[in-house]
Amino acid sequence: MDKGLSLRDVVILKQGAPLVRVHHDVAPGEVLTVMGPSGVGKSTLLAFVTGTLATDFRAEGAVWLDGHDITQSAPHQRRVGILFQDDLLFPHLSVGANLAFGLPPGGSRAERQARIDAALSEVGLKGFAPRDPSTLSGGQKARVALMRMLLSEPCALLLDEPFSRLDAALRAQVREMVFDRARARALPVLLVTHDADDAAAAGGAIITLGD
Amino acid sequence: MKHLALLAALLAPIPALADVDPADWDAVTAQAEGQTVFWNAWGGSTTTNDFIAWVGSRVAEDYGVTLEHVKLTDTADAVTRVLSEKQAGQDDRGAIDLIWINGPNFAAMKGADLLFGPYAEELPNWALVDFENKSVQTDFTVPVEGLESPWAMAQVVFVHDAARMPDRLGSMEALLDWVQTNPGRFSYPQPPDFLGTTFLKQVLIDILPDASVLAEPATDVNYDMVTEPLWAYLDELTPYLWREGRAYPATGTAMFPLIADGEIDLSISFSPGAASTAIANSELPDTVRTFVLDNGTIGNASFVAIPYNSGAKAGAMVVANFLMSPEAQARAQDPEILGYGTVLAMDKLAADDRALFDALDLGIATLAPAELGSVQAEPHPSWMTRISDDWVARYGIAQ
Amino acid sequence: MSRRRLLPLLPALTLLAMLGPVVAGLWGTFLPAFGHLPAAGLTGPSLDPFRDLFGWAGLPRAAMLSVGTGVLATVISLAIVMLVTAGWSGTKPFRALERLLSPLLAVPHAAAAFGLAFLIAPSGWLARIASPALTGWDRPPDLLIVQDSWGLTMTAGLIVKEVPFLLLITLAALGQADAQRSVRVAQALGYGRLTGWLKTVFPRVYAQIRPPVYVVLAYAMSVVDVAVILGPNTPPSLSVQIVKWMSHPDLSMRLEAAAGALLQLALVIGALVVWRLGEIGVAALGRRWIASGARGRADPVVAGLALLAGSVSALAVFLGLVVMAIWSFAGFWSFPDALPNDMTFKNWARFGPGTLKALGQTALIAVTVALAGLILTIGCLEAEYRHNIRVSQRAVWLLYLPLLIPQTAFLPGLQTLMLNIGADVGRVPVMLAHLVFVLPYVFLSLADPFRAWDARMGVIAAALGAGPDRILWRVRLPMLLRPILTALAVGLAVSVGQYLPTLLIGGGRVATLTTEAVALASGGDRRAIGVYGLMQTGAALVPFALALLIPALVWRNRKGLRHG
Repeated sequence: MDKGLSLRDVVILKQGAPLVRVHHDVAPGEVLTVMGPSGVGKSTLLAFVTGTLATDFRAEGAVWLDGHDITQSAPHQRRVGILFQDDLLFPHLSVGANLAFGLPPGGSRAERQARIDAALSEVGLKGFAPRDPSTLSGGQKARVALMRMLLSEPCALLLDEPFSRLDAALRAQVREMVFDRARARALPVLLVTHDADDAAAAGGAIITLGD
Repeated sequence: MKHLALLAALLAPIPALADVDPADWDAVTAQAEGQTVFWNAWGGSTTTNDFIAWVGSRVAEDYGVTLEHVKLTDTADAVTRVLSEKQAGQDDRGAIDLIWINGPNFAAMKGADLLFGPYAEELPNWALVDFENKSVQTDFTVPVEGLESPWAMAQVVFVHDAARMPDRLGSMEALLDWVQTNPGRFSYPQPPDFLGTTFLKQVLIDILPDASVLAEPATDVNYDMVTEPLWAYLDELTPYLWREGRAYPATGTAMFPLIADGEIDLSISFSPGAASTAIANSELPDTVRTFVLDNGTIGNASFVAIPYNSGAKAGAMVVANFLMSPEAQARAQDPEILGYGTVLAMDKLAADDRALFDALDLGIATLAPAELGSVQAEPHPSWMTRISDDWVARYGIAQ
Repeated sequence: MSRRRLLPLLPALTLLAMLGPVVAGLWGTFLPAFGHLPAAGLTGPSLDPFRDLFGWAGLPRAAMLSVGTGVLATVISLAIVMLVTAGWSGTKPFRALERLLSPLLAVPHAAAAFGLAFLIAPSGWLARIASPALTGWDRPPDLLIVQDSWGLTMTAGLIVKEVPFLLLITLAALGQADAQRSVRVAQALGYGRLTGWLKTVFPRVYAQIRPPVYVVLAYAMSVVDVAVILGPNTPPSLSVQIVKWMSHPDLSMRLEAAAGALLQLALVIGALVVWRLGEIGVAALGRRWIASGARGRADPVVAGLALLAGSVSALAVFLGLVVMAIWSFAGFWSFPDALPNDMTFKNWARFGPGTLKALGQTALIAVTVALAGLILTIGCLEAEYRHNIRVSQRAVWLLYLPLLIPQTAFLPGLQTLMLNIGADVGRVPVMLAHLVFVLPYVFLSLADPFRAWDARMGVIAAALGAGPDRILWRVRLPMLLRPILTALAVGLAVSVGQYLPTLLIGGGRVATLTTEAVALASGGDRRAIGVYGLMQTGAALVPFALALLIPALVWRNRKGLRHG
């Protein structure tokens, strides 16, 4: 398989005992949902894919992305985007600067500014660039975080319970927005959740850990 | 080898430069320009600190010499420094260029060959010094031999607040009587402080029927016998001292606040003008006066000396010479500034230089030169060292 | 990629900077203590230095002073802080006291000591205010208060400075102890607030603050500047006597100084061991007390007394600074007037230029050392983060080691060692000596916020394509601006307050505000001391004010960082 995210014989061990076992391919535009109670190692699996696994864990197996083995790559060279349940917008940067942080280098200032403005308009936040992120509502923050991630042009998308902090009405709306954009950009998505609604909305394969 | 010889030839003039001839004053001032002189001087008195800062600004102006005041808590620190530099082989760029010194420290440095010179009597301003009448060629009975140059005359005076203690005292016996009837109203700086030890010597000189024995070095044979009356005197005095002798002021200047607050009424100073200066600086009330004993009091000169390993000897000599200038001497004698006695002879000065001194108002608490009475000679330094050590053992460790 | 190789070296370099001088200094103390001092032409080994030391008649009293003042100051300041926290934490008076005490942490020991002396001496401000109306004194009573033979005033001087230190340490530990809920549970079971706190929270908090408590004990036992200003002189405490021997013109006195320094070290180690045994004893008694079920009827009284003691301690420093300020502007001021006859700028005109020069020297040293300490600290913490290094409890003790070894035990040795190898004294060695004391404090103050930073920010930034360096410079450091500036201010304040390292390693040539101020102690000129003491306090306090002000200005439009 050339395109897509591929977890090959991945075993994550904690103090020698296997915690997580996964072997699965995620095609572009598809969603793989990983479910299970908390503490079962869902987030650990994502940390392995992003290359930020804590030293208490040992991992076997490989992660392939678009035909490259990225298992040994540095985290910032993997082109794997991630969203957490908190927006994690950089509090010291304006909304626009947060987006600029995600944007790969290159292009004139005007071009970069135009891309940022376009990204904000796309999610209904036109003119929000100079704002302090902490003055935004929860739904607005989630949208900025999503666009920041997408502007960095990732080749895969990891979602670590990204909707669990949002209230019910907002949750469906943001969830739809995320999946729409992942599909539009043909990104393989790895979703970690304990919410059955999330899994149903994702519509892809489901792995349940801890059984 | 050829290269080495060349290198040696190139380096050769440098040590020659370092040893400038004091007699060639033009060469001295030429070499002094741009030098930095580290003057190690006791830094506990803010008035002397101010004066030294002024000297620094003047020598920078006239000679391009930068003066750095290294403030000591004890002059012995500087002696230690030079001694340890010599032992470590640091022979040409020592940390100290000039030391405010006299007495035992001078004797120690002279004895250990740590001083540059003779230079003092080659300085241009030496011609103005009153070496005929002032004891500037011996220092605590040790011959100076041009190894240090004088810059101030000091004499013991007693400082009293006339509002609380109207009458002067004529002798140390009278002082003991007065202290016993006025307990807690007198103290002296804690030996080995210079002034504190001087008080002990002043007691000894005043109560000994014949003090001439003190001009010779103390010996194991005569020391106990000669000092026995001193310890008897102190045993009687101590219980009536300020704080019953369980604590002492650290230095002479630390006693001024005690007088100002009315904690004590009587204290001692080594500078006849210091009380007037302190009044000018609001440190003492204007009711303070000074007196000397009937038989006179101990006097000596303050000197500066140049360590053998100074890297700025020319600059140091320029400072030493400036200190003996009429301008610096008149400023030092001004009670608003320092109130130190001058080392110069008035009849050797030009008329306008003498006018500088005549214009001075010596201050309300300063005795006129005639009132200062006779100056008693300092005992040989060996007395001071042993008395000071003995005092620490007897009174410095309250049991 | 030399930087990648440099970073893992930083922890080793930091340890070397912190412990190298301590080990070298102890070695330099050890040799002359056994008669080996080539610079004075003496070669050992010999036991004569110890024979001389034990032959000194003042030794028992000097050693007793060192132990007595140190232990007493530690016990009392710890008791005040624990009881105030137990009785009042979470209440309005507690927050007021906390706000009052926090800035006092930065006030240098020497300035606090001078202020206290100006306040409580027989001719001090308190006596002036109360006289003659209340006391009938028209002249100061002949009472030995300052420099008393038992060192009680010196102990008080230490307490007023250690109370703020221990309180802030305790506040940091409280955050991790879940104190509020434990006390609420205890109160629901019928316990008084104070007794409930002592029985449920104190054991956890004490386990956390144990290293700083040991630091206070070691420091208080071997302090020099406070002892010079407030301590007795007939004889002085052991540490002061060691410094006196070090500056004796006779080089061989350094042997006795070295022997005294080893004795000082032994006393501190002994006191720490006894303290540890005392902890076990207190723990046993405490368990019995807990099992007894006593609910704490005396709580309100004890809590009230503790709050009073804490407030008095804080007020003493504040009023001390006030009276120093008055003296710095005072014309003639006779006893028992409550205020000077006239106020004048003459003192500032006289001493201002001198203080500015000393301030320049102080600032140069402090800024260099604090920045070096900050860079090493950030390097260590970042290396720990990037290489996933786990820091064990034992490594934390290494940080405290330079603060537990008495200064008087290794600084004289360091000076002697430099003398033996012919090294020049001066500013650079002084800076290195300051770094030994600055590094632990900078590290301790930055480590918690640095580690508490949400690592997911790093994951996000890396996922956005930012390399480790970009994450550090663009995300982590800006977000941590306030704790970083606070750590820098701590480093500056520690450096500004250093007396002994500046005096001994600088060979008297490096004149900072602190050495100048302490040197003035012997002259007793209160106007000069007022000017220097205020400047010294300002030099330590202003950086803290800037550490609050700068982030508030830089991040004035960033609500998310205002309380971060």
